Amino acid sequence: MFERLRGLLPFLFLLVLPVLAPPLRAAQPGPAQKAILEGYRKEAGGVEFSAERGRKLFSERHVGGKPTTPSCTTCHTADPRNRGRTRAGKEIAPMALSANPDRFSDPKKVRKWFRRNCRSVLGRECTAQEKGDFLTFMFSQ
Amino acid sequence: MRIPRRLAWALLTPLFLSPAVPGTRAEAATPDPDVKLYVEECGACHVPYLPRFLPAESWRAIIAGLSDHFGDDASLDPETAKRIEAFLVRYASPRKPRADRWPPLRISELDWFKRAHRHEVSPRRLKQAGTWANCTYCHRSGEGGDEDD
Repeated sequence: MFERLRGLLPFLFLLVLPVLAPPLRAAQPGPAQKAILEGYRKEAGGVEFSAERGRKLFSERHVGGKPTTPSCTTCHTADPRNRGRTRAGKEIAPMALSANPDRFSDPKKVRKWFRRNCRSVLGRECTAQEKGDFLTFMFSQ
Repeated sequence: MRIPRRLAWALLTPLFLSPAVPGTRAEAATPDPDVKLYVEECGACHVPYLPRFLPAESWRAIIAGLSDHFGDDASLDPETAKRIEAFLVRYASPRKPRADRWPPLRISELDWFKRAHRHEVSPRRLKQAGTWANCTYCHRSGEGGDEDD
């Protein structure tokens, strides 16, 4: 009987694999994305960003913006992992990093869309703190 | 009437020199580099409408009002806005299309558009598409709202 068990020894490593495997959902921001986040951190005076504050910013209804876009969720849906849809019917790629690992890696695009969409939804520019919170939230999704 | 050969060539030569107007066969051979910029910037939220659908005056008015673009902020940095405006004006409709107002800001305001779609699109279909702006909801094979598909 023990001879049989000894024959199985080489396959013991299989028990260890699930522990070593990386978690399926979480994605890590790459150097380009981290650099953008760092830029906002410096701009905000070195504060800590909060994914929870970012989540609130994303999902709440805001006043002061355009009536057609009271919330980020209006176009991006309530779940950042979903594909969104513009008011003209065009599909928007997901913002969650797990669904879209290259998201937020182009600083020019990030600046442009924050400018446009914060004005549309909030009626003003987002602060560096808000931008950092928002990105931190998206990196966690 | 028999056209002399030299005259025939003189008449045909402009065809070979025709500009690379988007949507024509000449465009495939020599694409305007601004096409890519236009599709990338203006095709992000909606179908990149063919410049020839509206006259230059309409395009100028639209670019001037990008911070309130039919209810959205679609602002661009000044350099990109200028480049895209020049592109749109370059290939704009040379004719003055009949519409409710001047300059028309929506392709769906144009008489020819209304005539083409009036008996084709049921209210239910329009509701599904959401808006006239959503050309590719029905015109599936076009990425420019080509009316032939």
